[in-house]
Amino acid sequence: MSTLTPAAPRNTIPAAAGNTGSRRRGKTRMDPTRNNTAAGIAAWLLALLFASPVVWMILTSFHSETDAATNPPSVAASLTLDAYREFFGETSGVSPWPSLINSATASILSTVLVLVLAIPAAYALSIRPVKKWTDVMFFFLSTKMMPVVAAILPLYLFARTVGALDNIWFLILMYTSMNLPIAVWMMRSFLAEVPEEMLEAAQIDGANLLLILRKVIAPVAMPGIAATALICFIFSWNELLLARVLTGVVAGTAPVFLTGFVSGQGLFLAKVCAAAVVISLPVLFAGFAAQDKLVQGLSLGAVK
Amino acid sequence: MRPKMRAASLAAGALCVALSASACAGAGGGNAAGDPNSINVLMVNNPQMEDLQRLTADNFTKETGIKVNYTVLPENDVRAKISQEFSSQAGQYDVASLSNYEIPFYSANGWLAPLDAVATDPEFEQDDILPAYTASLTGADGKLYGEPFYGESSFLMFRKDILDAKGLTMPEKPTWDQVADIAAKADGAAPGMKGICLRGQPGWGQVFAPLTTVVNTFGGTWFDKDWNAQVNSPEFTAATDFYTKLVREHGEAGAAQAGFTECLNNMSQGKVAMWYDATSAAGALEADASPVKGKIGYAQAPVKETSSSGWLWTWSWAAQAASKKQDAAAKFIAWASSKDYEQLVAAKLGWAKVPSGKRISTYENTDFQKAAPFFKAERFAIENADPKNPGTQPRPAVGIQFVGIPEFAALGTNVSQGVSSAIAGQGSVADALAKGQQAAQKVGNKYKQP
Amino acid sequence: MTTATARISRPGHTAAKPARTAKSRERALAWARRAPLLPALVFLIVVTQLPFVVTLIISFLNWNSLSPTKTAFAGLENYVTVLTDPDLRQAIFTTILLTVSVVLASLLIGLGLALLLDKKFIGRGLARTLLIAPFLVVPVAAALIWKHALLNPAYGLVNGILTWLWSLFGSATPPQLDLLSQAPLAAVAVSLVWQWTPFMMLILLAGLQSRPMDTVEAAQMDGATPWAIFRHLTLPHLRQYLELGGLLGAIYIVQNFDSVFTLTAGGLGTANLPYAIYQTFYYANEYGLASAAGVVVVIGTIIVATFALRTVFSLFKKEAAR
Repeated sequence: MSTLTPAAPRNTIPAAAGNTGSRRRGKTRMDPTRNNTAAGIAAWLLALLFASPVVWMILTSFHSETDAATNPPSVAASLTLDAYREFFGETSGVSPWPSLINSATASILSTVLVLVLAIPAAYALSIRPVKKWTDVMFFFLSTKMMPVVAAILPLYLFARTVGALDNIWFLILMYTSMNLPIAVWMMRSFLAEVPEEMLEAAQIDGANLLLILRKVIAPVAMPGIAATALICFIFSWNELLLARVLTGVVAGTAPVFLTGFVSGQGLFLAKVCAAAVVISLPVLFAGFAAQDKLVQGLSLGAVK
Repeated sequence: MRPKMRAASLAAGALCVALSASACAGAGGGNAAGDPNSINVLMVNNPQMEDLQRLTADNFTKETGIKVNYTVLPENDVRAKISQEFSSQAGQYDVASLSNYEIPFYSANGWLAPLDAVATDPEFEQDDILPAYTASLTGADGKLYGEPFYGESSFLMFRKDILDAKGLTMPEKPTWDQVADIAAKADGAAPGMKGICLRGQPGWGQVFAPLTTVVNTFGGTWFDKDWNAQVNSPEFTAATDFYTKLVREHGEAGAAQAGFTECLNNMSQGKVAMWYDATSAAGALEADASPVKGKIGYAQAPVKETSSSGWLWTWSWAAQAASKKQDAAAKFIAWASSKDYEQLVAAKLGWAKVPSGKRISTYENTDFQKAAPFFKAERFAIENADPKNPGTQPRPAVGIQFVGIPEFAALGTNVSQGVSSAIAGQGSVADALAKGQQAAQKVGNKYKQP
Repeated sequence: MTTATARISRPGHTAAKPARTAKSRERALAWARRAPLLPALVFLIVVTQLPFVVTLIISFLNWNSLSPTKTAFAGLENYVTVLTDPDLRQAIFTTILLTVSVVLASLLIGLGLALLLDKKFIGRGLARTLLIAPFLVVPVAAALIWKHALLNPAYGLVNGILTWLWSLFGSATPPQLDLLSQAPLAAVAVSLVWQWTPFMMLILLAGLQSRPMDTVEAAQMDGATPWAIFRHLTLPHLRQYLELGGLLGAIYIVQNFDSVFTLTAGGLGTANLPYAIYQTFYYANEYGLASAAGVVVVIGTIIVATFALRTVFSLFKKEAAR
């Protein structure tokens, strides 16, 4: 399958191959065009297949309720903004903004807190590892093995006793503890990629900790930090169970607000789709904008 | 990258400051805790409640100055939250939408505040409330713990035009055999139309609401008066067999997933000719936007061995005992269940949307009668529902479509999984009821006198 | 080295003192290494272990929240119930089945997608953007879409497409699937695979883009087939990415609650452990029993994870040698 003849030197571009890949060292792509097109077609088909529920969700959100619930589904029904108007409270008088702000607050602040705790911890588990760091890693992971449902009762009772029910700060603490193990695991892998030679060289040159952090570690770990932050933000934003149990009138988050549209006694599909679109928008934007960083950051050997 | 991080942390900091400046606990509702002029209400997201939410600010809050913060959730979620809230007396919510199922045993546990202030309020006119509800919302100590927001029984709704076209007549008080017969004949009366829509979705309040009424009228019961479970008795089995067979042969597509909404949809879109379900469904079917407005006939809940079989249900308001705002809560309840509120809804949204089924005066209102052609059938159904004696034998607990014990929610849902499987064709009724018998006996043993 | 430095910098002292100073230096160094770890560790211990202890205590009680006056100590009764109750055992089996099938399926599909996206073609960026969309939709919203907009037997898209396809051939009686009733666990699994494949795909894509291409080029020059290259060069490099994806995916899918709750409400044999525990808490109101079930889940997962992490995962073995 290779288009290179065995005798051709590696850096010669064969005339017949039509290969237009760039020649960056270590990242060469040498696939012939035929494979590319086949791969492209297959990838596009699968991409459309995977994205079709999302596309359908967006389309349904622009239909009226009765149109959304017909069989066969009316793809070409007239578009309307009714569902979005309902979501933004034109008829019900209930604004979604408080819950969106609460979600944003909880997600952003818990992500910041997670990073503040996880990065030093990851440092202590990779660059200057403590003894028995595998045990510590295992402990971090084991905290995620208890189903949240089972732990909800003690949390609820504690919050009630302390008066922290319906309080966004308590939720932030919960989200931090929820995401911390994964953040530590991910950051540890990223920090483990910092080349030892550079660290030792910097130390020999007499650089202090802060300088090492800024000049040696940060450039390597930044994509990783971005990836971790994105993952933590996504998981916090999407969380439903804790929010539903621990919040009430004041601190309700967006997913809880969304479930309020699922009526047992009327048509709700278009409204729910509209709500889902709006509530997923921040995460969608963050994900799309940062997907490069995500891939880069998840690449545990980017510098190899 | 660092300037971006700095911007992000600045934004986070600004949010922090903004939050501290406001309620500090979250962005919604304002300072809910200490403000004596605001109450928190937790309710199910039925259309009548959503209308209430819409109309509160401009009416109740303007008149009394009491701000109402609502939390609205789907039924299963709201029950879970209510159960946790009231059992721990957390005091987060002042008023919640409970039903005539929970209020008896919640009040027995001391979780509810008596609503004497509302009941004795002359403007509220407690006598106008249908006695069936006042009775079912009174606790064991004789005090009233709930006020109905809207009430319903069950009856049979059918497409007059379809049945007429097929030369079929529906008696006012049909039997189940007659209904099965009509369903068979109405099958296919219009393209894609099936004879009847019956709930099949798992849940004590979903499939078992209508099914328990069928069980009652076939002579069966969940428990006999000595708390012996009767789930696999011949009558219960016959009723479940009948129900399952009817829905599999002449019922809607996807019956095992069909709840109230699916059947409402099917009936509105002409996919079924009949529907046995809550009387409150008729309001939706006769709404202006309904494609079947004016085409529906109403008959009483079909019977076999009993003279009536309609259920009795009310979504009511109850005040939490731990709430520190009993006065404001009482005012809210008195308003939400009042005649004035019904008039308000009629004026702003039309009579079809009024939370009816609780006041005698509403049934006698001519405007309501015009907008609700089902009013006679509904009133008759409610007044003939007897929660103390719904079947052919004495019961150990009140309740028509449920058994008024706390364990019934889990028991009913548990057994309903098997019944839904049978409706889906994935298991037999006998198996489902055998398992159900075991589960029910465990519960019954708890209540037996030693 | 420390001892030597100590001796050099403190000439007048005896040999015993340097040893003690060296030891305290070592301890100080060890604490300096631990210090950055402590905030996270302490935070996590306080926030997760304390509730776990309370759950443990409650699991020994016979506590039904609807009969608060009958709360009593119950010893191991709840644990016996958890291990013998057929519904809870079914839930364990369902959880294992669901987790294994979803993780494997999403890893395989994710691998395929990553391999495709590794190649250059027109609109690759847009294709990748479309492919990660499922992971970014709020899970409860995604479950609602699957339940009501796609799989609903009356007006869902799946049946709609079947109707349309059959009408192309002039047929008015298309087969209408009712997946939620006929194959409920498969429906839940499909919606979970749909959500998690992008996650696996991204991890594996990162792995693919980080492999050294020199060896691959050399192998290609030597005439190796793509399959041989994949098996002997790509796959070993991807191993730690596959493990990471599998591990993270397993942890999250074992805990999955929203999908089961929304799609089937735990009916028709799809109740997994989190749902069974939720049901015990909120329907049965048996707080003691539900807590015991939670503890059993933790112990079971720790046992499984210990074996998995210590023996199977190269992640730790490789790093332990670092």
